Amino acid sequence: MSTDRGFVVERWTRLSAASSVAAGVILVILALAPLVFDANVVDNLTTLFIYLILSVMWNALAGYAGLVSVGQQAFFGLGAYFTIQLSYHGVSVYPALLLGALVAGILSLPISVLMLRLRSGEFAIGMWVVAELAHLLVALDPLINGETGVSLIGLNAYGADDRRAFNYWMALAAMVVLLAAVFVLLRGRLGASVQAIRDDEDAAESVGVRVLAGKRTIFFLAAFGCALAGSLWLATSISFQPRTYFGIQWTAYMIFMVLVGGLGTFEGPILGGIIFFLIEYFFGATGVWYLVGLGGAAIVFALFLPRGLWGTVEEKFGIRLLPVGYRLRMLGSKGPDAGLAAAQDGQKP
Amino acid sequence: MIWVTQLLNGILLGGYYALLACGLSFMFGVMRIINLAHGDLAILSACLVFLIADTTGISPFVALIVVLPVMALIGWGLQRWMLERSLRAGVLVPLLTTFGLAIVIENGLFEYFGADTRSLAPYIGDFAYDSWAITSNVYIGSLAALIFVLAVVLLGGLKLFLTYTPLGRSIRATAEDPDTAALVGINTRAVYAIAAAIAVATAGLAGVFLAMRAVFSPYSGPEQLIFAFEAVVIGGIGSLSGTLVGGIVLGVAQTFGAQINPQGFLITGHVVFLAVLAGRLALGGLRSRGGIPGLRTRPP
Repeated sequence: MSTDRGFVVERWTRLSAASSVAAGVILVILALAPLVFDANVVDNLTTLFIYLILSVMWNALAGYAGLVSVGQQAFFGLGAYFTIQLSYHGVSVYPALLLGALVAGILSLPISVLMLRLRSGEFAIGMWVVAELAHLLVALDPLINGETGVSLIGLNAYGADDRRAFNYWMALAAMVVLLAAVFVLLRGRLGASVQAIRDDEDAAESVGVRVLAGKRTIFFLAAFGCALAGSLWLATSISFQPRTYFGIQWTAYMIFMVLVGGLGTFEGPILGGIIFFLIEYFFGATGVWYLVGLGGAAIVFALFLPRGLWGTVEEKFGIRLLPVGYRLRMLGSKGPDAGLAAAQDGQKP
Repeated sequence: MIWVTQLLNGILLGGYYALLACGLSFMFGVMRIINLAHGDLAILSACLVFLIADTTGISPFVALIVVLPVMALIGWGLQRWMLERSLRAGVLVPLLTTFGLAIVIENGLFEYFGADTRSLAPYIGDFAYDSWAITSNVYIGSLAALIFVLAVVLLGGLKLFLTYTPLGRSIRATAEDPDTAALVGINTRAVYAIAAAIAVATAGLAGVFLAMRAVFSPYSGPEQLIFAFEAVVIGGIGSLSGTLVGGIVLGVAQTFGAQINPQGFLITGHVVFLAVLAGRLALGGLRSRGGIPGLRTRPP
């Protein structure tokens, strides 16, 4: 980068390099967890990873591609449903978790043909209709026994401890791979184009961004990710009831996690997922008041802290833990200029 | 003969959907907001009327006189304190805040009223099951007929109000172009607040009639939102007369679906909705322009 212009464009900062190393170290420690911690901790971490997958996927949709879906539970439920189908037809249970999610992901492509033509609110409720229809059709399948549901019997082949460790490793691997996929996509050409679509679809199209292709890639990724979260949830809870898996509460959780953490930031949904996990851990037993609190918090964050906790911190201090965007540093000024750095990321202020 | 009866029932059910969808369509037409709490606001209104009827024994029809202004006030406050701020923050934020509101309302209602399904039918006496004989074996319910007439009157009245009154003209002007409307002296903030009040009051009206003709629970809201949205989209988004047509198509599809299979009621409705979307897509006319097409003063 030429320095005579008085600024440099940089992707890595010292902090983001250090935190990327730290993320690697944390990962190694997490991978060893089932060998060290007791069953309770491992189960809780597995749940946390599934929440993080959901949070990161919903953020990729809404925060980067500008697609607010209130029907992602369609894929959460379908991932679990196809897993049960595959397992019933003789596929070994752990490959079935992945394949089931993949089938649901592939199913998202024909759905996207119709849904991606819809704008903002129409897309939101359109997806909700898709989720309702998926719920009704799955409940008609004799294998599922209507709303009574069915269990993933194939899991009986494994002992409780093995199952716990496998679930954990699979959830961890799924989370890491999906996070990495979002990370790579956002750093590349697609990241710039979907954010351009989010900020102004018509303008993006006029400068040659392939709007539909960009949206479809993110839509597929989010569908597959949510489906994988669903099949992993099935592996941990064993039983499948359509009402639970296709419930609108999953969308409420996703919106809460993303809004609290930071819509349109990479690190935000991870923070939001951890916060949601802790809130659920401590207050989940208070029943519906806890849901009222989640809804209320979503409103407050959307109105008063639209970039969430992480986005606000990032804006104020110019911190970037993972190098997703580019930032502009003015030479001669001490420390990064937060405002410019945020603007350079092409993120909505 | 069963099919004639079902067709009539479907059309009358469509009247209810038009009544329900009226506020959703109106709010989208004026403010470009799809209110995800629309169904829950309808249920809130039903719960309020139920509370009055249950504790005082007053007829639900009389209770409406108290509850509808309250719902209008809620709509007004909603616009002032939530939607106005949401609108300024971008097109996605109103979706997030109204979804949050939906979660708050339905779980708040659950906390107060519990999970029981209720109905207002016991509070309106014979009217709940009165019917007229069209021929010796074709009957239509008088409550369903009343709802249909009310929907036609409401949609027609709203159209006349928008076309011929000064306030209606202000609303149309604001819907077309809020900045220019403000420039020529229209108080767009007030117009938006009034539009929200009308939209929420009509949602409240629909909620009470749902409670009279069927049962409801605190979690009935999302389903009503989806029905309303399907009616609006089938009829052409933003068009008030289209909403009635959309409601009837949905109502007839559901009623016929229910004849085929017990689960068919919901499935057929959703499938018809998606088929209409796909059909429009094939014809290349899916991009909705918003606004109130039937009421435009100039061609778009």
